[in-house]
Amino acid sequence: MAILIDRDTRVIVQGITGKEGSFHTKLMLDYGTKVVAGVTPGKGGREVHGVPVYDTVEEAVKNHGADASIVFVPARFAPDAVYEAIDAGLKLVVVITEHIPVHDTMRFVNYAKSKGTVIIGPNCPGIIVPGRIKIGIMPVSPFKPGNVAVISRSGTLTYEVAAAMTREGIGQSVAIGIGGDPIVGLDFVEALEMLEKDPETKAVVMIGEIGGDMEERVAAMYREGRFTKPIVAYIAGRTAPPGKRMGHAGAIISMGTGAYQDKVEALRKAGIPVAKMPYDIPKLLKEVL
Amino acid sequence: MKLYEYESKQIFAKYGIPVPRGFVLERGADIKELLKKHGIEPPVAIKSQVLVGGRGKAGGIKIAKTVEDAARIAEELFNKPIKGLLPKVLLVEEAVPHEAELYASITMDRARRRPVVLVSRLGGVDIEEIAKEKPEEIHRAYIDPWIGLRGYMARGLGKKLGLSGKRLQVFEKILLAMYQIFVDYDGDLVEINPLAVTSDGLVALDAKIIIDDNALFRHPEIAKRDPAETGEYTELEAKAQRLGFAFVELDGDVGIIGNGAGLTMATMDLVYERGGKPANFLDIGGGASAERVKEALKILYEFPKAKVIFMNIFGGITRCDEVARGIVAAIKEVGQKKPIIVRLTGTNEEEGRKILQEAGLEAFIDPVEAADKAIQLARER
Repeated sequence: MAILIDRDTRVIVQGITGKEGSFHTKLMLDYGTKVVAGVTPGKGGREVHGVPVYDTVEEAVKNHGADASIVFVPARFAPDAVYEAIDAGLKLVVVITEHIPVHDTMRFVNYAKSKGTVIIGPNCPGIIVPGRIKIGIMPVSPFKPGNVAVISRSGTLTYEVAAAMTREGIGQSVAIGIGGDPIVGLDFVEALEMLEKDPETKAVVMIGEIGGDMEERVAAMYREGRFTKPIVAYIAGRTAPPGKRMGHAGAIISMGTGAYQDKVEALRKAGIPVAKMPYDIPKLLKEVL
Repeated sequence: MKLYEYESKQIFAKYGIPVPRGFVLERGADIKELLKKHGIEPPVAIKSQVLVGGRGKAGGIKIAKTVEDAARIAEELFNKPIKGLLPKVLLVEEAVPHEAELYASITMDRARRRPVVLVSRLGGVDIEEIAKEKPEEIHRAYIDPWIGLRGYMARGLGKKLGLSGKRLQVFEKILLAMYQIFVDYDGDLVEINPLAVTSDGLVALDAKIIIDDNALFRHPEIAKRDPAETGEYTELEAKAQRLGFAFVELDGDVGIIGNGAGLTMATMDLVYERGGKPANFLDIGGGASAERVKEALKILYEFPKAKVIFMNIFGGITRCDEVARGIVAAIKEVGQKKPIIVRLTGTNEEEGRKILQEAGLEAFIDPVEAADKAIQLARER
């Protein structure tokens, strides 16, 4: 079993009748993901790519049994969708939606924690266990099964790095895009706690970026021996000026934290090599594997 | 979105936070008459209402000792650009004699995923400076969102600032009101700096509220402001924002377009690493349509620093065929004003590549090769 999900995970798509929801339902089905039902309020009774649609998550779970959901619902309604999934007892909710107000995210992330639900995202590409299942929007060609986990604050960069790894014959045990917002559910430290116990993961690639102090907390965790497998890192934003928001709401150097140099220094001091380009990661991985 | 000081103070007043007595002065209004009407006598503080930081140091805040003084200063401030921005209105306030200046703010703590209240007895200066030089002078309280800020927490923070008696009560009231504003207005930040300690209480001399841009739909009462008004953006950056793009100008000559913030940043870093200089950050975001791609290209067409355009696309939710269609549409509509180097891979990449080939454009697969090509072309121009 990989972390969080595996071949048998049963998935509900929230917002399945929308353009993106429908498109990615097809791609997930093609990859072998067990998409058992979809939910769009007011559109129950239809089918999308052969997947039955319900008005509520509760009905979908009752009729099909499900462990996880993926949320494509627009930002205004996404928090409601997330609470609905948590209250229906789902253990994993992947939130693809971008532009959710941070106060909403802060509240549903705290609520999820109290209910034992793991949130991935918002504003993320999701999670893939190559060759088995994906709950997300990532293209599948960059990924192949292997024993290196990829955790990332960026979607497209994850694909980029996975493709470079795959070209060099290094497959992935799991790849998780944790999301680009200032507040996300699953963070690097929590993902690493799970990966530490995962027998299928031998090493980890961490793709960070400027803003916040998540990478510094990983450095501390590694230094203190709370994570013992090799980590290789890349941090985006070396050439980003301070005080400017670089696309991701969370990618901003402010209040004296979040700078590229601070992150790289903290990681290197802890003994985590940092690649200068995403394309150098396979080389660094080969040195630590 | 940052609110003006006078807007923030109107909200503060509504929530019971003590602010100095005063009024908003429009251009062309008679300050002498308004002073009389509001029963305010000099000395008064006259404050330029611009959204840039460091307004005081830039000469945007003046004290007038007489009514004549006030009229002269108002005239002066209306015509004095602060970091390039002219105020539309001024804020005129009674000067508040005070003994000390405190600091108080509420913001979101990313790591703890909850609001944090920050207070310090070293108000009046930049909090980032205090954080760097005297971190022990900043006191924090993290707030469980389901419980909210409670009175005892506010009083505890007040005690740490050495407050007692009536001032402590007022401080508690102020912090609770700030928290309510933070919640009600989807605050990224609610800040009072300085919070003046007067003979009989506390007064917010300045006020800053920043609303989460993603939550503006919940606050239709707050007038949308143009990005150019904030003073934080160049003309072209403001234009790109109006179109909904994240665009940041830099100093190099290789124009950058990427999909996804991480990849776009990494593309800038890649150009730098290969010996070139990125001219900008421009993210077309997830799932961009051909129309959006076309608009993005047009922004860089207008950006003189970008001598070439390097598009680095890794399709996920973004489809390569849409991107290719957008590039072709842009060229068809306004011509190929600058060399466009495209690196295209991911969802629907074969189709995208085919569309580009039919239009006579080469699409790279290797990003490093593409970057080298872009750098070389920029050098040649």
